[in-house]
Amino acid sequence: MATYELIVVGGGPAGLAAACQAWEKGLRHILILERDSELGGILNQCIHSGFGLQRFREELTGPEYAGRFIEMLGDTGVETRLDTMVLQIVPGKDGAPHQVHAVSAKEGYQVLEAQAVVLAMGCRERTRGAISIPGERPSGIFTAGAAQRYLNIEGYMVGRRVVILGSGDIGLIMARRMTLEGAKVLACVELMPYSGGLMRNIVQCLQDFDIPLYLSHTITDIKGHDRVEQVTVSEVGPDRRPIPGTEMVFDCDTVLLSVGLIPENELTRAAGADMDRRTSGARVYENMETSIPGIFACGNVVHVHDLVDYVSAESERAGAAAAAYVQGKRAEATARTLELKNGDGVSYTVPQTVRPDEAGKTVEVFFRVNRVTGPAAIAVRDGEGNSLTGFRRAHLAPGEMEHILLPGNLVRSAKGPVTISIEEDKGGSAR
Amino acid sequence: MYDVIIIGCGVIGAATARRLARCRGKVAVLEAQNDVANGTTKANSAIVHAGYDPEPGTLMARLNVEGNRQMGDLCAELDVPFRRTGSLVLAFGADQQPKLEELYRRGTANGVPGLQLLTGEEARQLEPSLSEAVTGALLAPSAGIVDPWGLALALIENAVTNGVELYRRCPVTAVREEEGHFVLTTPRGEFTARYVINAAGVDADKVHALLETPDFTVHPSRGEYYLLDKSEGKTVSRVIFQCPGPEGKGVLVAPTVHGNLLVGPNAEAVTDRRDLGNTADALDFVRRRAMQSVPELNLRQNIRNFSGIRANTDRGDFVIEKSKTNPHWLDLAGICSPGLSSAPAIADYAAELLAAEGLSLEEKPDFNPRRQAVPRFRELNAQQRAELIQKDPRFGRVICRCETVTEGEIVAALHSPVPAWTINGVKRRCNAGMGRCQGGFCGPRVQEIIARELGIPMTDVLMDQDGTWVLAWETKTGKEAR
Repeated sequence: MATYELIVVGGGPAGLAAACQAWEKGLRHILILERDSELGGILNQCIHSGFGLQRFREELTGPEYAGRFIEMLGDTGVETRLDTMVLQIVPGKDGAPHQVHAVSAKEGYQVLEAQAVVLAMGCRERTRGAISIPGERPSGIFTAGAAQRYLNIEGYMVGRRVVILGSGDIGLIMARRMTLEGAKVLACVELMPYSGGLMRNIVQCLQDFDIPLYLSHTITDIKGHDRVEQVTVSEVGPDRRPIPGTEMVFDCDTVLLSVGLIPENELTRAAGADMDRRTSGARVYENMETSIPGIFACGNVVHVHDLVDYVSAESERAGAAAAAYVQGKRAEATARTLELKNGDGVSYTVPQTVRPDEAGKTVEVFFRVNRVTGPAAIAVRDGEGNSLTGFRRAHLAPGEMEHILLPGNLVRSAKGPVTISIEEDKGGSAR
Repeated sequence: MYDVIIIGCGVIGAATARRLARCRGKVAVLEAQNDVANGTTKANSAIVHAGYDPEPGTLMARLNVEGNRQMGDLCAELDVPFRRTGSLVLAFGADQQPKLEELYRRGTANGVPGLQLLTGEEARQLEPSLSEAVTGALLAPSAGIVDPWGLALALIENAVTNGVELYRRCPVTAVREEEGHFVLTTPRGEFTARYVINAAGVDADKVHALLETPDFTVHPSRGEYYLLDKSEGKTVSRVIFQCPGPEGKGVLVAPTVHGNLLVGPNAEAVTDRRDLGNTADALDFVRRRAMQSVPELNLRQNIRNFSGIRANTDRGDFVIEKSKTNPHWLDLAGICSPGLSSAPAIADYAAELLAAEGLSLEEKPDFNPRRQAVPRFRELNAQQRAELIQKDPRFGRVICRCETVTEGEIVAALHSPVPAWTINGVKRRCNAGMGRCQGGFCGPRVQEIIARELGIPMTDVLMDQDGTWVLAWETKTGKEAR
């Protein structure tokens, strides 16, 4: 049985960055398992630009961004197996190697061993079923990412007249992309009173093309026995229920859904890692280690990011931590832990738990807010309510992930669980 | 000239075809759609009822109990997933208790084995997720769950393997009687047969009307469902009914043979037999009713809503009878619940009725009752998987990640005795796209494999029935889909 120091599950941006970093830190037996026939993950179908502004101070397309990391990987001795699907991860007991079961046409059924595993499976799109959109079930209803794959990888348009439900970034990008390819995008419909996507995408993908955005609206009916023929859009009240009498009807042949992403954690759950109901990802420590020693997770499989640049940074931390683990720097099972709690206005944090004595100079915390605000403070308090530190923001929105750096010494001296919350300036409340 | 033509290839048409395939006669099945079992068989509760519900003395009572009895052996022969899970009918309060007792009496009269009346406490011991409000239950150990679509496919595949001819995209548009036989007009030419069996489901009255004015009318009734993720599949281990009312057997919560959880249906009279839509009101009704039985039901794990049309008629029973003017025409109509459960028995009965009109049922010696399904990779152990991939590397390429369906299985479904022609045809044969991402990941990949294996352009691959086009045009050439 082949034994690796590190197996990385997934060769998208998270897996690539983790593997490169682990190599950088001295591991020499690393394997990436990728289910697609190429490395790069979802970036390969994201042919628009806007990637890498943070990381490379350049505006790259998705394939270019992935290409940078694939090139870096080419300079290492990291092995890759493509067209390979991981079926199961069996954690090793008491420091024994973990087993990874995988299949491919080329290598058949494989049982591999690794001292450490990095989970980098990314996420999948929420579907129509998950939100129970009423109406018929004709063809012509696609998740935005599936339509993007048909268009950018396979070279096919999925329709001519399009209504988009949800204003997540992929939906916004596809509104522009389908317009440029010759479709008519009639509307982008968002249930919430604010968009789930980045402001720059609202401007560049909708406003620049005169595509109306209907906030606080949803699809209440889909008609068409065979192909989509018509959708009904209604305004919703503060309870998010449709308001009778507000119906608008659009004649269209296509509905794209951009209604959220869900971390893809079937393997993680089956392996027995503790999960966070809020992120739908594994609970992780400050070094991206899950509750299973030696199994790390990073990128969209942990929580859904808006910018790949942050995925890369987070995954490098995971890769470095996996290397340290293999090299013997392992956290004691008895290490002191400190919970990060979601205070008012905060819907989740990553990490969920910090081991203060393992933390370095800083602890990087990602989180999302649950409402739109004007000028506000991000307050960080310990278990006794003492303010540890704070950060100013001119504007906060659920569609834009926040991140803060907590000084390690503050974390080490914190008394009881640390709560992160939003304190809005008086008079500067939400739109 | 065929001895028998069966119009319609739902589970009833398929079961009848398979019954007649045992005999020497020449048999054809004409299916209007591009795939089999695309009507009521495709969307229902997937239950093999025990048979306590129908009034004693009805066809439903007799054929349900008999069909249930046959189902285990039949599914074993045909490699169809079937589990005899047992079912519970719940009573909430003293006023529903007499209803359970009535069902018990009916069931006993119908010959249902093993019926037992339970207290609420006993019911909760069997099914810990049941509501505290349950005061009593009727346990029917012979009830079960099956894959209705898979059963219909297996039946027709086995029939075809044994010489029955299946014509798809072959709706019958006119019928005329000539000396001693019928002539059926279809877009694929005229078919002649000495006997005709009308198994056209929700359109059985319309098909009968091609011969003569029918003395029954189909009153389609739509039922809506939730299908939950496999994470919820163990919420209950039996089929959980509520007391039946005038609107049907009520909302049930049941495991499926694929490991999901099925919740529904309501019952709503509809006029458009093709309107398989869901409505917010109906789904809300189903949700509230189901949570009376199982309060902790996690509908957030819904992966798909769907609805099906019941072929109810103005009669209270199945309409299984010969034409009054020409007894060589047999209607198998009004096959609403418990039609699926009764299917094998309906097929036997149909053969008997035509035999009485002179159809020979002489068995052919080379009939092979066994049918092998495409290997199901996800159900194999590590060693079996390794062996399968060694034989055919395409079983090592996972296409549908949610359900772990391999290219080998998809290719097999595209070259089986009744091959898939569409994306949903593949989905129903080997589960690709049935999982929590609902084909978001594998849809384009399945489409590529279909195009490659059938030698057609990507833009010609349909999602489901004719008209369900997927792609509008090819971007590089601008070539529009047909």
